[in-house]
Amino acid sequence: MERTTDIFAEKRHLGALGERLWRRLALAGTAALLVSVAIAALGAESWRRFFFAYLVNFAFVLSLALGALYFVLLHHLTHSGWSVVVRRVGEALTAALPLLALLFIPVLLGLKELYPWSQTAVAAADHVVHGKAAYLNVPFFVVRWAVYLAAWIVTGRFYFRRSLLQDSSGDTSLTLQMERRAGPAMVLFGITLTFASIDLVMSLDPRWFSTIFGVYYFAGSVVGIYALLTAVLFALQGSGFLRNAVTVEHYHDLGKLLFGFVVFWAYIGFSQYMLIWYANIPEETGWLAHRQENGWGWVGLLLVFGHFLIPFVALLSRAPKRRPRLLAAVAVWMLAMHWVDVYWLVTPAVSPGSPLPRLVDLTLLVALGSLLLAGAAYAVRGRSLVPERDPRLEESLAFENA
Amino acid sequence: MSEPTAATAARAPRTWGLLAEFDTVGALLAALEKVRDAGYVAFDAYAPFPIHGLDESMGIRMSRLPWLVAGGGATGAAAGLLLQWWTNGFDYKYLVSGKPFFGLPAAIPITFELTVLLASLGAFIGLLVANRFPELYHPVLPARGFARATTDGFFISVEARDPAFDAVGTREFLEKLGAKQVEKVED
Repeated sequence: MERTTDIFAEKRHLGALGERLWRRLALAGTAALLVSVAIAALGAESWRRFFFAYLVNFAFVLSLALGALYFVLLHHLTHSGWSVVVRRVGEALTAALPLLALLFIPVLLGLKELYPWSQTAVAAADHVVHGKAAYLNVPFFVVRWAVYLAAWIVTGRFYFRRSLLQDSSGDTSLTLQMERRAGPAMVLFGITLTFASIDLVMSLDPRWFSTIFGVYYFAGSVVGIYALLTAVLFALQGSGFLRNAVTVEHYHDLGKLLFGFVVFWAYIGFSQYMLIWYANIPEETGWLAHRQENGWGWVGLLLVFGHFLIPFVALLSRAPKRRPRLLAAVAVWMLAMHWVDVYWLVTPAVSPGSPLPRLVDLTLLVALGSLLLAGAAYAVRGRSLVPERDPRLEESLAFENA
Repeated sequence: MSEPTAATAARAPRTWGLLAEFDTVGALLAALEKVRDAGYVAFDAYAPFPIHGLDESMGIRMSRLPWLVAGGGATGAAAGLLLQWWTNGFDYKYLVSGKPFFGLPAAIPITFELTVLLASLGAFIGLLVANRFPELYHPVLPARGFARATTDGFFISVEARDPAFDAVGTREFLEKLGAKQVEKVED
């Protein structure tokens, strides 16, 4: 019981910092967005490349917000105890989903530049694309995205609001409510994420298909969220927050999950690769062939080593997972690699000749990354950074890895 | 479990060590730290459930099992690759639908499975050997009251083979640590 008093004595509200943080991040994000638009408007970059850069970064930040939704749902689905003290950060990231719905509009504006199937002339001329027109058409695309975004926003809000409500009321029936809905919500999440990744990224090459694609995007999101949670918690503790609530034991568990999903990502990525390699059917191999030409092969190798082999070795043993500074460094590295992974999925469609990122790729990363964090900071301003009356809080505070 | 033969019956019972009982987890942990600090090495603790911090109190070092698992995994990976290279790419080359005789992507699944198999066998067998299993008998088992180690008793045993062991001194030491009772265990 003594540790509970510790957390009530320590800094767990962002307070004035929260106000400053979300305003500054929103300002930085908007400024970077305007700079990116200016780069394209002034002709320094084509609008086509601008929209692809936007898509890379939208798919990146969306994967993190969806990863956060997965983390919150998983917590309730498994009646987790250990993750109570880190759950609020995940909830805050899901609260940025309405903002991401707004940020989806530019993708719609760039639809004709991004997706060949959206141009009727292309669809009419290509037998394969024509055959998929019942699914891949603009009105249905818009309707589907309205459904996905609504499902994610509603699910995220359901969990975030009940969690906040429990902070003031301490009502344990809220926990039961959240746990009861977690199963169906997870099914809905799995279906929407799968189709969203097919629509957003896979349909860039409408002739190509991979039945494991949704799982691949999911694996990347989960790697992303455990990395982001670790990095954010480390930054918060560095600024004096949650020093008592979050211990080395929580980092250890985040590290284990990060390690597990790094391996899972590699497993899925390889499963996709090997089947295409082995079947050797032109309609499937084209997608990988583009990613082995003109320098893109180096990006693939960077992923093999940087997204799997190096973090695999770095996180394998117990010790590095129990050193928060080292783990946070690996987490930041994994976030960078996750971005490279999304870049590798999207950009060959617009730049088959060169893997080098352009300035807009980076300015839009700053823009969308800042806006995601601004949305999360806005959601928890004036709120506690831990669900402070969760019935499993004690269990989480006293958590130890045996 | 046969009738005692002349040989076993003739052997005089030797002192195996001492068994001290404690009432609470706190008392057990505090006592273990003292036993550890007093320089004993051949001692053990018994409790009805896993206790956080027990390893630290006993001064148990990190297990070497991970190295055994890593060794098993590396052996499995090497064996898997070698097996496939030898059979398909060297000893009996057979062209299947234009694929390379030895292609790394095709070899990964079996390599992966053998890595996992030998790593887990390493963990399984390593754990048995390290814990000296199977062990059907232990000298503390017949001790009076030891059955409570499965319900509400917390015990420390100190073995006579410990260089710091002294039949009288160790008993007094354990009693001073707050042991409810200290019993001599015979082998």
